[in-house]
Amino acid sequence: MLDEIKFAIDGTQIKANKGDTILKAALKHGIYIPHLCDHPDLEPFGGCRLCMVEIKGKGLSISCKVPVEEGLEIITESPEVNKVRRIAAELLIASHHVDCLECARNTDCKLQDVASYIGIEEGRLKRLKRVIKDLPIDDSNPFFIRDLNKCVLCGICIRTCGEILNVGAIDFAFRGTGTLVATVGGKPILQSRCVSCGECVARCPVGALVPKNAERPTREVSTVCTYCGVGCGIKLGVRGGRIVRVRGDVNSPANRGNLCVKGRFGYDFVNHPDRLTSPLIKRNGAFVEATFEEALDLVASKLTDYKGDQFATFASARITTEDNYVVQKFTRAVMGTNNLDHCARL
Amino acid sequence: MKFEEIAQTAKEEWDALQASAKPSIVVGTATCGRAAGAMEVMEALRNELKEREIEANIMETGCFGLCDAEPLITIKGPGGPSVWYRNVTPEMAGKLVEEHIVKGSPVAEHALGAAGDGQVDGLTAMSDLPMLKFQVRRILFNCGVVDPSNINHYIATGGYQALNKVVSGMSPEDIIDEITRSGLRGLGGAGFPVGRKWDSCRRVPSDVRYVVCNADEGDPGAFQDRSVLEGDPYSVVEGMTIAGYAIGAQKGYIYVRAEYPLAVERLENATAQAKEKGLMGKNILGSGFDFDLEIFQGAGAFVCGESTALVLSIEGKRGMPKPLPRPRTTEVGLWDMPTLLNNVKSYSIVPWILTKGADQFASLGTERCKGTAVFSLTGKMANCGLIEVPMGTTLRQIIYDIGGGIPKGKAFKAVQTGGPSGGCLPAELLDTQVDFDKLTAAGAIMGSGGMVVMDEDTCMVDVARYFLDFTQKESCGECSLCRLGTLQMLQTLEAIVAGEGDPDDIDMLLELGEAIKTGSICGLGQSAPNPALTTIRYFRHEYEAHIHEKKCPARVCKDLISYVISADKCKACMICLRECPVDAIRGAKKEVHVIDQDKCIRCGVCMSVCPERFGAVECIPGRLTEADNA
Ligand SMILES: Cc1cc2nc3c(=O)[nH]c(=O)nc-3n(C[C@H](O)[C@H](O)[C@H](O)COP(=O)(O)O)c2cc1C
Ligand code: SF4
Ligand code: SF4
Ligand code: SF4
Repeated sequence: MLDEIKFAIDGTQIKANKGDTILKAALKHGIYIPHLCDHPDLEPFGGCRLCMVEIKGKGLSISCKVPVEEGLEIITESPEVNKVRRIAAELLIASHHVDCLECARNTDCKLQDVASYIGIEEGRLKRLKRVIKDLPIDDSNPFFIRDLNKCVLCGICIRTCGEILNVGAIDFAFRGTGTLVATVGGKPILQSRCVSCGECVARCPVGALVPKNAERPTREVSTVCTYCGVGCGIKLGVRGGRIVRVRGDVNSPANRGNLCVKGRFGYDFVNHPDRLTSPLIKRNGAFVEATFEEALDLVASKLTDYKGDQFATFASARITTEDNYVVQKFTRAVMGTNNLDHCARL
Repeated sequence: MKFEEIAQTAKEEWDALQASAKPSIVVGTATCGRAAGAMEVMEALRNELKEREIEANIMETGCFGLCDAEPLITIKGPGGPSVWYRNVTPEMAGKLVEEHIVKGSPVAEHALGAAGDGQVDGLTAMSDLPMLKFQVRRILFNCGVVDPSNINHYIATGGYQALNKVVSGMSPEDIIDEITRSGLRGLGGAGFPVGRKWDSCRRVPSDVRYVVCNADEGDPGAFQDRSVLEGDPYSVVEGMTIAGYAIGAQKGYIYVRAEYPLAVERLENATAQAKEKGLMGKNILGSGFDFDLEIFQGAGAFVCGESTALVLSIEGKRGMPKPLPRPRTTEVGLWDMPTLLNNVKSYSIVPWILTKGADQFASLGTERCKGTAVFSLTGKMANCGLIEVPMGTTLRQIIYDIGGGIPKGKAFKAVQTGGPSGGCLPAELLDTQVDFDKLTAAGAIMGSGGMVVMDEDTCMVDVARYFLDFTQKESCGECSLCRLGTLQMLQTLEAIVAGEGDPDDIDMLLELGEAIKTGSICGLGQSAPNPALTTIRYFRHEYEAHIHEKKCPARVCKDLISYVISADKCKACMICLRECPVDAIRGAKKEVHVIDQDKCIRCGVCMSVCPERFGAVECIPGRLTEADNA
């Protein structure tokens, strides 16, 4: 049992786990505190300054880095809080490439959440200068687009790549308003150490990192990735009869939401017209469709013709470790040969 | 070797130099001197001496703080006084050698002053120079006096006595107590009590601790730390070694910007020599205490002067300040170990305090700020340079007594202290005493000691714009308010000086400024709005003139001024007409000239070429058009 801490947000008593931050505890209880740079999977960053709250007796503080303490009294709405976070939000919007209707993240964007919560006033925003970056879009990666004109510099992608992946393909570069998320030498992401896992894409709070050809699914199907023996839990986003998105299942113990490039982006074969959807058996020099039963029967019947070193097995990386164990047992014990290999070794 | 022997050797070398029968020439070759041509001067002097087959002791020294006088050299013939020569050029070398050294008669026309035996007629005593007279040089004691690449000079003038005293009998607690009693506050800007910092670092349980010196010095116009490193590097090395002993650290780092190559060279030399003498490294002076120093060159980001960013930078990461709440650097610092971070000057004064005692240190200063402060004086003042004064000296004393007041009969307008994080104070506040608290209360800060004096020809909006331009570029980009807010403030100020200010702009600058100050992570953002906020506070009318009347009262902002030719004074000489680069001046011989206000680009050439005796061209606030000529 985790230690429980009792504290108050805007007068409401809240119970939270020891070690949770104020922001995390609030969000868990359905209390929204504006934020951009915080992510539950990552160490707090504290850069966006939007999650500012007042801690009674201590004054203003960001809430994403402060652990809950017994008896704390948190105020999420006050003139002091608003003075700071309203300006922070306005500044972010004034420097954002706002094209919401054309943006892949429309209605699923943390900046929109912030803006709608704080309530951006046209008149106030007008006083600020529009400072839009005009950076080329990096579409070098076959699976995702980097449009840094929309980047809010939350650093989530950087921390994802460093903390979770240990790849470190990207980091902050330059200073002042020129600050950017960049690869070494500012090369296109494809020429960096990036392994195209898309973990950063999945976490970017805005439309700066979006999958290519993103389409919104209408429903999700839970399943297991077929690519390898790890067996990552995935959620297939389906639209009509097509898979248009894959995301990791956070509840799967195998991957806790993470995926590799194949699991996340390698799904277009599913709807490919050339994909085999049933076994084929060569009859009279031509392949004809057959059922699995027919195919298996055919293979089984032929196995008796080959014994010992006349026989070899190539096992697959796409089946589980347990299944591969059975394959080698079959090869050695039943077929009597050590002619056994595996595609992952090649 | 025992310290007494080391000191004896040093003293003998120093005394021999002082008593030498050879003439001596001392050349100030700090970066400032070099920029003014000191190396060429030294070369020329060498050649002149060689030609005449004169043997002389030529010594390099650090910055003496008299910027206007660079290249500055001192010549001393045997027996005669030391004479300081100002603005020496290689061409003057022959004459100086011939007259002063060969003939023994100092060249008064190039002399700044003299000191020592046998005063010379017509030469001021150096100690009477206003620039020096009011100073108390403790931190700068050796700067411009000894050879900063010779440890024996440092030791002969009292150096390393403190370290010797410390390792041969003082407990760490005694040292920290002495520093605490002295009242020394960190000289890097924030003024945190040094003794308290040492004490808290010492108390954090750990086997490994680090001592780090902040020599990042990124404020535009500040060069105090560079001067100390170039002119007296041993004091910093000794101070850090003592700090290591006091807090229980065996390793130190000096974080110095790579743009300071001479400081790096002097520090490397200093640490090597200290090691050779057993004053650093293993078993210092036989005490069993080990301490080593590494020099780390930073890439010159202003924000890397902030403590947590500096630590990250040494670790090889991007220097981005860590937001609060976080542990103090004294608890979790370099490589996550307790780390003591102090400024160059804070370390360099430590040997002084331990040698002379806390009471003597505290005899100068104000109630809450003891000792001295070092300032780099720049701007519209008769004497600019590096000075050291007791805490509590007033701005007026610094600007008028030491700085010699505002030249060309102009009126004082404002003084900016604390660099880009500081503020501008008006004439009414000239009697403010300089110390950490009093300057902060007035709306400026002590900062690292930059002091820029402005006269009536300075536009305060433009000054704010200048500093915001700096901070905006140097923001590390981490927090939204600092990164984007400073840019908004800058663009608003740019619009105001371009005559495109909006009536709302002042309120917006105040609102933005307050939000950035409250909401930013580190001192950079928390202070970046200060130059704008203080100029609005004390010179609001100038902003209003720019915005409402479209006039720059100080006649600086090109878009808000006009040049006009006075019909009464114009002698129709055709000079300005010919010089105007855009042919904006109409007129002819015997026909009063008129500036076409629509064509004029306000470069001011006409005003500068109009003969002084006519003085017919005038620059006026406000932007005229051709319609006004009609
Ligand atoms: C943006 C920024 C830049 C700074 N630059 C310097 C610097 O160049 N040198 C320095 O000594 N302190 C600098 N500081 C202050 C340091 O964070 C720290 O307070 C100081 O080095 C502590 O030394 P002291 O107590 O001896 O003054 C800077 C602070 C900020 C926020
Ligand atoms: S796709 Fe994966 S490897 Fe590439 S930058 Fe993003 S997190 Fe790093
Ligand atoms: S690309 Fe996305 S995740 Fe990365 S810093 Fe920008 S907004 Fe954040
Ligand atoms: S205040 Fe500015 S410099 Fe400091 S952490 Fe924030 S963005 Fe970086």
